[in-house]
Amino acid sequence: MPEIDFGPIRLTMLLAGTTTVLLMLVATPLAWWLAGTRARIKPLIEAITALPLVLPPTVLGFYLLVIMSPTAPLGRLWVQTTGEALTFSFSGLVIASMLYSMPFAVQPLQAAFEAIGKRPMEAAATLGASPLDAFFTVAVPLAARGFLTAAVLSFAHTVGEFGVVLMVGGNIPGRTQVISIAIYEHVETLDYAQAHWLSAGLLIFSFAVLAMVYAVNGKRPGHGT
Amino acid sequence: MAPDPMLSFSLTRHWPGFSLEAEADIPLTGVTAVFGPSGGGKSTLLRALAGLEGGVQGRIAFAGQQWLGAPRGPVAPHRRGVGYVFQDARLFDHLTVEGNLFYAARRSGAGRGDLWVGTLAALDLAPLLDRRPGSLSGGERQRVAIGRALLTRPRLLLMDEPLSALDRRRKAAILPHLQEVAAQFKIPTLYVSHALDEVVQLADQVLVLDRGRVQALGPVADVLDGPEFQAIGGRFEAGVLVEAVVTGHDEAVRLTRLTLAGQALSMPMLGGLAPGAQVRLRIRARDVALATARPVGISIRNILAGTVETLETEPDTAFAEVVIDLGGARLRARITREAAQDLGLMPGSEVFALVKSVAFDRRGIAPPEG
Repeated sequence: MPEIDFGPIRLTMLLAGTTTVLLMLVATPLAWWLAGTRARIKPLIEAITALPLVLPPTVLGFYLLVIMSPTAPLGRLWVQTTGEALTFSFSGLVIASMLYSMPFAVQPLQAAFEAIGKRPMEAAATLGASPLDAFFTVAVPLAARGFLTAAVLSFAHTVGEFGVVLMVGGNIPGRTQVISIAIYEHVETLDYAQAHWLSAGLLIFSFAVLAMVYAVNGKRPGHGT
Repeated sequence: MAPDPMLSFSLTRHWPGFSLEAEADIPLTGVTAVFGPSGGGKSTLLRALAGLEGGVQGRIAFAGQQWLGAPRGPVAPHRRGVGYVFQDARLFDHLTVEGNLFYAARRSGAGRGDLWVGTLAALDLAPLLDRRPGSLSGGERQRVAIGRALLTRPRLLLMDEPLSALDRRRKAAILPHLQEVAAQFKIPTLYVSHALDEVVQLADQVLVLDRGRVQALGPVADVLDGPEFQAIGGRFEAGVLVEAVVTGHDEAVRLTRLTLAGQALSMPMLGGLAPGAQVRLRIRARDVALATARPVGISIRNILAGTVETLETEPDTAFAEVVIDLGGARLRARITREAAQDLGLMPGSEVFALVKSVAFDRRGIAPPEG
């Protein structure tokens, strides 16, 4: 049995966890707005949100690399405020992962909010609840499954990304070397035993996550907790 | 003494092909039925008053407080102090019945005090507290929705056809609760309905809304006999409101005996009415048949003698409307023109009116005289 390097696993979990938490904070208001708006730019925003689903990760990674470069305005600003470059850093990976996993957070949430509709929110208003009060006490609990699906899919998708991470973060052990990149390196160096361990682990993890999401969503509404 | 508080509004809301242009000053006492055909704008009016409808122009003033049309912009729905009972109940599925009720009680400051206790009692909600909305029947859902609205301590209660989704039996079971709520809590209420029996049983005043315009507003009896109502309700709903006096109850056969213009009348027993109590009854023209001789061997018990006052045939239909003078009260009967001809009816003819059903208006009760 080969000695397993836990560094990439720890880094991957940290990246996926951070990405998921931050993504939920960004995706929730965006999904709420998309679910309720009739603005003309809605389809444009939806299309932008869905782009990572169809673009090759290299395209997204390439543009992120350009934007984050210390010579570009955003990258320079980041260097000035944090003293650290965004490219080939953990922070850069988090930003890239958030964009890359955005549709997996926004779409389940938007669908959940749309399914709730305006009716319970109107009822809450007539019961004396302000819009924010009603959002947290009615919309969020009613969309609980949407939140679970969004969080789980965002986490799992971040764990499984490769192209964007490679473009933006490179392959720096302990800083940007996540599981998928570690596997790539093991294969390149013909260390198949290590590659097997990590690959099989990722396969089982992904299967378990998807099975859970489908099991939760398969329950009929009104019969949950 | 200050003038009675009013709900005054002048509203417009346009859609392609339909516009609501409603204007009225409604005294804030008792139950005002908002009556009219489907698609007449009743629900839109209620939603506009609650602040739920977008695109509404005009003004709303509630007891001097400007809800819409003030320079500062409209008052938000949750600040209007309006309790709303939706046609589809809209209970929160993620909460129990108790959770739904407490959602309102906590925000209104009612908590679990007297109002909580009184509401549970008036609507018989105690047995339902631990249930989930999904497991309730339609009637139970509406009872919870009404209780939830009461627990907001509303200054105005808006009810949008709360009984329309219920079958006749469930409706009959919940109506007494509504009457109880109206009598006990005395909250000014607008009650949307297109069912005349509900209007007669619950309302003090009626606002008739048709094609987005207020056609009439006033006490139930006045409006129902007025020409505007006849135009809306049509001949099918036409009828009369009469005053009768309770003479006693027959426990054995579960009937209440009354007199109407000196003649005996029976109807299914009404609780809580002492002999001598005056009641208001609504008798629809289509529920009255006529005979030229007092029929025998017939199941209809209410047979009233009178004379034909007028006889009017409805053009382009098979029907005629007959007004019968009972000697102190009037009935209308809707019969076929052929029947009128065969019976040789004309003004002055002596007839017997066979009343198939009587709707009873609990709110028309006056204390026994003397």
